[in-house]
Amino acid sequence: MSANRNIEPLWWALFSAGGVVAAFLVPIHIFLFGFAVPLGWIPDSGSLFRHGLVKIYLFVLITLPLYHWAHRFYFTLNDMRLGLPRKPLAILCYGGAVVGTVMTLWVLLRI
Amino acid sequence: MSGSAIRPDISKLYHAKMPATWWLKKPAYLLFMLRELSSVFIAIFLVVFLIQLSQLSDGPEAYVAFARKLSSPAWIVFHIVALLFALLHSATWFQSTAVVMPLRLGEREVPRALVFAATIGAWIAVSAVILILFLVLRG
Repeated sequence: MSANRNIEPLWWALFSAGGVVAAFLVPIHIFLFGFAVPLGWIPDSGSLFRHGLVKIYLFVLITLPLYHWAHRFYFTLNDMRLGLPRKPLAILCYGGAVVGTVMTLWVLLRI
Repeated sequence: MSGSAIRPDISKLYHAKMPATWWLKKPAYLLFMLRELSSVFIAIFLVVFLIQLSQLSDGPEAYVAFARKLSSPAWIVFHIVALLFALLHSATWFQSTAVVMPLRLGEREVPRALVFAATIGAWIAVSAVILILFLVLRG
């Protein structure tokens, strides 16, 4: 438990950074990849995403909001008083974000 | 240093009994819940986007085929909902940033409404730059 407390500021910093990334960058990406590309308004074959600098951008765009989700989901489920056990829930949320980070890195290195 | 001095064990604190539906009682509570829920939709969108990117390891055809699947009505509805939640997140995040990080010019605090408006302006500019870069650089 004490180890968890010591790295709490790290989780909070990631939550905060993820909040900024999500607020500034996510809406335009939903417009592009939820509507414009699927509906053919903007044709795209994805070749831009093989560029190294773009991959770094994508890594930031995808991973930081996952930590934002983990933090919010964990604390909101606690606030809802559903009687969920705290520790497994914390492992599920923050662990999920870490797994997501590794998966993102793996995908970006392969494409 | 004892950790319990900073934050006591939750089980030792007094908690008023609250039903699990407390957040349905006031519009402000419901808005709070919707704001928290926005992070779920943002995360799902990003995971789907990551899956779309992963198709590139099978070539551009697989990527294009995946993108085309997202034009189904169910996915369009999902993305409409996700976009509304994302906009809710942006608006509430910029609002709270103006409160948490007040901007000062000399002695005076810049009005929060002005900071909020400036942030919205910056958000529109950033979104426009991403849109233009994508239009120019996409392959």
